[in-house]
Amino acid sequence: MLDIKDLYASVEDKKILEGLTLSVKAGEVHAIMGPNGSGKSTLANILAGKDDYQVTQGSILYEDKNLLELSPEERARKGVFLAFQYPVEIPGVNNIYLLKAGLNAIRKHNGEPELDAMEFMSLVKERMKLVQMNEDLLSRSVNEGFSGGEKKRNEVFQMAILEPKLAILDETDSGLDIDALKIVADGVNSLRNKDRAFIVVTHYQRLLNYIKPDYVHVLGKGKIIKSGGPKLALELEEKGYDWIN
Amino acid sequence: MSTNSENVEKLVKKEYEHGFVTDIDADTIPPGLSEEIITFISNKKDEPKWLLDWRLKAYRQWLKMEDPTWAKLDIEHIDYQAISYYSAPKSKDDAPKSLDEVDPKLLETYQKLGIPLDEQKMLAGVAVDAVFDSVSVATTFKQKLTDAGVIFCSFSEAVKEHPDLVKQYLGSVVPAADNFFAALNSAVFTDGSFCYIPKGVRCPMELSTYFRINASNTGQFERTLIIADEESHVSYLEGCSAPMRDENQLHAAVVELVALKDAKIKYSTVQNWYPGDENGVGGIYNFVTKRGDCRGDNSKISWTQIETGSAITWKYPSCLLKGNNSIGEFYSVAVTNNYQQADTGTKMIHIGNNTKSTIISKGISAKHAQNAYRGLVKISKNATGARNYSQCDSLLMGDKCGAHTFPYIEAKNSTAKIEHEATTSKISDEQLFYCLQRGISEEDAINMIVNGFCKEVFKELPMEFAVEAQKLLGVTLEGAVG
Repeated sequence: MLDIKDLYASVEDKKILEGLTLSVKAGEVHAIMGPNGSGKSTLANILAGKDDYQVTQGSILYEDKNLLELSPEERARKGVFLAFQYPVEIPGVNNIYLLKAGLNAIRKHNGEPELDAMEFMSLVKERMKLVQMNEDLLSRSVNEGFSGGEKKRNEVFQMAILEPKLAILDETDSGLDIDALKIVADGVNSLRNKDRAFIVVTHYQRLLNYIKPDYVHVLGKGKIIKSGGPKLALELEEKGYDWIN
Repeated sequence: MSTNSENVEKLVKKEYEHGFVTDIDADTIPPGLSEEIITFISNKKDEPKWLLDWRLKAYRQWLKMEDPTWAKLDIEHIDYQAISYYSAPKSKDDAPKSLDEVDPKLLETYQKLGIPLDEQKMLAGVAVDAVFDSVSVATTFKQKLTDAGVIFCSFSEAVKEHPDLVKQYLGSVVPAADNFFAALNSAVFTDGSFCYIPKGVRCPMELSTYFRINASNTGQFERTLIIADEESHVSYLEGCSAPMRDENQLHAAVVELVALKDAKIKYSTVQNWYPGDENGVGGIYNFVTKRGDCRGDNSKISWTQIETGSAITWKYPSCLLKGNNSIGEFYSVAVTNNYQQADTGTKMIHIGNNTKSTIISKGISAKHAQNAYRGLVKISKNATGARNYSQCDSLLMGDKCGAHTFPYIEAKNSTAKIEHEATTSKISDEQLFYCLQRGISEEDAINMIVNGFCKEVFKELPMEFAVEAQKLLGVTLEGAVG
């Protein structure tokens, strides 16, 4: 599904990724770990198409197409979803209004009929249970006045509605207490299936107790310096990142 | 003065010697302003002497006044002698014969706004009679209003049919010599609307649809007078979201509202005159004086405006809160793009006891535009228990535009409670990227964010117009980012 080869990227001439290679197949869950500044969030943002980054070398194929040539909205419509580390507040824009606009843009792209308000609402009612979303969060402005946990839940809720093929979770566990973490993880787990791939970016092993990855990769100095199974995460937790270096 | 206008003066004077008969061939008089021209206009409209005297008095005061320069506007010098002050309705011969002859860009805008085809023809000034059922629609409305006892007609008609009401209220809110542009308007206004809601009557409809069909072409010096008698209610909508064809560059309208005891007036405006091209060439200068007088106790006047058009906007819809417990409200969205300039805001003058005012102003600037909010909240010495809440938010798109806030507060009574909040923000790349990442196109995303910013004002608009206003904002700001 996703094939990243020898990727180099920088922000304002500062090199962040230096030769990253990663391959993800449908149905797999890959955890990307690494210390602060190792390039984890950069990878997530580049995949989603944020234009603050310059890719200087390498390639990214998504479903055999050059992902880097697609605009952010095209990527989203083709099934790439990013759960943001810091979901932004958009005052005055209704939370589910935005979500409905997004879903219908994606459906239109896929040649499916757009959902009307009634159909959309019944989908919302069904999916909000996955993350135990509070109903009043639906009608509020996007992320405005949401607590840290509510914002993250909202991201996973959006993912449940948009049903992406490739879901990237950028430090979705940060700022969550243990109960919220469980809820978010349960939501993610319920969305796992053989057609959907996940890239779970996290600093701590904790999240991986709840979302069991198939592969764990450790990022250091802009490339993957170690890959392994779920046990690698436990080892890291015990020995710290320095152990690999 | 050019020889051309001297000739006109001669011509006009000559006619005057002969008792100034009205059957002059020319329907548009050449440029220039003088007592003779004003007399010509008044006679052409068959006005009573008191009104002519009123105009002349305004003119004489105007001569002593100077263009205001305090606004944060860059205005080229206006030569008031180069303007023609009277122009009869255009002959249908010059008008386009069908929509095929209309500027395709204009039609594209109409389509984006979802304006019905028949209405498009009317707005574009297509010379087709009875293309749609306007006559019968208008008649039905008129009947409904008459049954309720509401008077709603053109200003000229009101002068003829209801001279006492006009005489009693004209200039009672905006005196003839209130300011430079109001004085100019008082001297030369050609037409406008008049509305009287009798005691205890709730106007049976929004005075909007009717207005759109009938009075959309009221000219450059428009005069509006609305009187809500005791315990009456009216909601009036001026303007149209569609850009209108208009060849007059200078617009100086005056609107006067009078609310008597327990009366409520809601006045909504959607202004979308030609803003000039993307290089700042052309465009309408819009210098408007709008004022509402809450004359009776418990009365309420509410202004809502969506300003997206005009090269220059100079406009401060105000409320005089004279009655005890009276309420003034001002909800505004002012959008400036390219080289547009706007200096707009409100004045809330608290005179009665326990008077309340609310100001919500949203300014949006894009490209090279400049957008200023200027507001005055004044609490008079004897106004006890007055309350004001003001909120002025500015949204910037790009880094070459400007937003400015000039709030003036004068409180002479210590019981007053005044709150003022102001924010300036930019459409952030983060917000935009968030929407794009959910599959939404850039255009829709900007639309959504800007509309979210304006939500508090849009909810004050009559329902169908709120929808149009949202679309209008999108069309106005197309291509403003990126």
